[in-house]
Amino acid sequence: MRATNMATEAPPLAVDAAASSAAAWQWNTPPRAWVPLELGALWRYRELLYFLAWRDIKVRYQQTVLGIAWAVIQPVFMAVIFSLFLGRLAGLPSDGLPYPLFVYSGLVVWQLFALALSETTSSVVANASLVTKVYFPRLVIPLAAVSVGVVDALIASGVLVALLVYYRLPLSPPLVVAPLFLLLAALSALAVGIWLAALNVQYRDVRYTTPFLTQLWLFATPVVYPSSLVPEAWRPLLGLNPMAGVVEGFRWAVVGRGALSFELLATSVATTAVLLLGGLFYFRRLEQSFADTV
Amino acid sequence: MAEEAIRVEHVAKAYRLGPQGPRYRTLRDTLAEATSQTLHTLLGRHNGRVRQATGRDTVWALHDVSFTVAQGEVVGIIGRNGAGKSTLLKLLAHITAPSRGRVGVRGRVGALLEVGTGFHPELTGRDNIFLAGAVLGMRRAEIARQFEQIVAFAEVERFIDTPVKHYSSGMYMRLAFAVAAHLEPEILLVDEVLAVGDAEFQKRCLGKMQDVGGEGRTVLFVSHNMPAILRLCPRVILLDGGRLVADGPAAAVTATYLRANQRLGAERCWPDLATAPGNHIARLRAVRVLDAAGACTASVDIQQPFAIELEYWNLKAGEPLIANIHLYDAQGTYLFASHDNLEPTWGCRPRPAGLYRSLCTIPGNFLNSGRITVHAAVGRWNPHAIHAWVHDAVAFDVIDTGGVRGEYPGPWAGAIRPYLEWGTRLAAPLDSVPATAAVSEVRR
Repeated sequence: MRATNMATEAPPLAVDAAASSAAAWQWNTPPRAWVPLELGALWRYRELLYFLAWRDIKVRYQQTVLGIAWAVIQPVFMAVIFSLFLGRLAGLPSDGLPYPLFVYSGLVVWQLFALALSETTSSVVANASLVTKVYFPRLVIPLAAVSVGVVDALIASGVLVALLVYYRLPLSPPLVVAPLFLLLAALSALAVGIWLAALNVQYRDVRYTTPFLTQLWLFATPVVYPSSLVPEAWRPLLGLNPMAGVVEGFRWAVVGRGALSFELLATSVATTAVLLLGGLFYFRRLEQSFADTV
Repeated sequence: MAEEAIRVEHVAKAYRLGPQGPRYRTLRDTLAEATSQTLHTLLGRHNGRVRQATGRDTVWALHDVSFTVAQGEVVGIIGRNGAGKSTLLKLLAHITAPSRGRVGVRGRVGALLEVGTGFHPELTGRDNIFLAGAVLGMRRAEIARQFEQIVAFAEVERFIDTPVKHYSSGMYMRLAFAVAAHLEPEILLVDEVLAVGDAEFQKRCLGKMQDVGGEGRTVLFVSHNMPAILRLCPRVILLDGGRLVADGPAAAVTATYLRANQRLGAERCWPDLATAPGNHIARLRAVRVLDAAGACTASVDIQQPFAIELEYWNLKAGEPLIANIHLYDAQGTYLFASHDNLEPTWGCRPRPAGLYRSLCTIPGNFLNSGRITVHAAVGRWNPHAIHAWVHDAVAFDVIDTGGVRGEYPGPWAGAIRPYLEWGTRLAAPLDSVPATAAVSEVRR
């Protein structure tokens, strides 16, 4: 939206004024149904994206006693509880892996998704003071919000490495692609989150449904159980859950055992892509009235 | 003639008012709307737009506004609260979209719609400079280059690594403005930034604004501060009820504004004797604020004399009535009372029954700017009695057009702002003062 000469270092104003006479008109017009995505504008605002992400990360554990340890405590406690009740008492299968390792590897990537989703959903409303006072591509806001989930997941991954060592599992070559699955989880959260973030601006109901939705979603995803537990006939449907392929894929990459179901992964990735693209257009359309409704 | 930097073409902006206030839409509204839209589409009556705002729930903040601004022009925007000034700035800043028409800008836009945009209370001053700078559209290198200047301008060197939530409101304000002031856009939009902060700070903000205007940047400046507008802006646009009603030289447009700013509250009438405030001896019929020409007005120029008129019935022949008024400022300070007891013809004298009209003239360059409320009364002395008394009878605004303030830009402290005579003379030139005394004076 800003003048094209923004990409270069801002020169002194006298020169700038002369140069900008050639600058193009930028028009602000009534809301349209289909707005081009203009992802290039996002690139021009990458520094703002960086600063907003940095702010969210920095502020997250400010004035807490345990600080960043919270990023580890939450998945670890969940893993302990699941191992106790589902692994030990209910005796859920875990594809031949030690159940704690099985469930924790799933939880690391799941927590990334869940946290990033809740952060993106509330992001636009949380930044209402910016939305009503300054112009910038609004997509920067949910994009920055995802970062919190990514940072927490990276920290929680430390425990995962410790578990691998504890269970004497060798570090395998697929480990190299594990970050890709974390990225995919972040994209899934973004894909769902931008829909919900835009909706949340108009209907605050969304804020109350998201925690509930996330809990249900956990059990629709092979985090505490392996996808092999799902009847063969239903398995293609499982892929429609974008997180199904991601969780299975991440676990495969970390543990390096068994074979990855490419069918499952491909369906999940395709679902994410469709959701993301649709979400981007939906967000761009609603973004035109954010400042009036937020 | 310089090239155009801003074009506003037939712009209108509507806001929806929902049943629960202006903000949230209910899911039910949308579902009902979607259903009717689908019906319209099916019946071929769809108008092709995305949800046209229409109907009784709609408030038009701007109506068919058009103007252009040339590169390097400094334009003031004035108007009453709710005239559409802020909406116009938001459209120019691309924060919100117009309902009709279009707004074009050419060049990098910087909008200062609020002091402290982008600040986060948990972060330190240093962090906030970078964050707020990025939010306002500055590049990181640009901020880093100006960092020292920003800190110096804000005078917060010692606290730069303290979270801003521990700052005093003055420090917070200074830092926030310092960041914004170092933004270097080609088009600068400023909304009432000067309405906050202490006098010293406002003075510096105005100084900075003047610098900006002198640098060949295009500036749009929304303010209620008429002296500031007159100092900074050669051209002024007046909005009223969402319409552009005047656009031209600052002095002419601000004068139009003062004339047009007549609203209810400057006159109160009780034409019916039976129900008029008062008792069996005297009743008030009307209270009015009149300008120098005798027209009823709700806003008076701080430099011009004006009058308050009381109309009242004397129902008891021989009663020595005294009309009086009591003026209060917006803070509720009792400014003064004035009685017609020394009026040459009827002051403290027995009066025949009848309708009386008393006019109290208040000089220009006497009241301070702001809203003044008038209590009106009719009574008598010796023995003392109040026959008619109306609390908050009328109100008016004293509009600051300069005058006593001269070149001083900040707010003028004190309940009144009288024009008093000063005499200053050189009592003794320095060379006749004993040398030792002069030196110690300088060293102190």
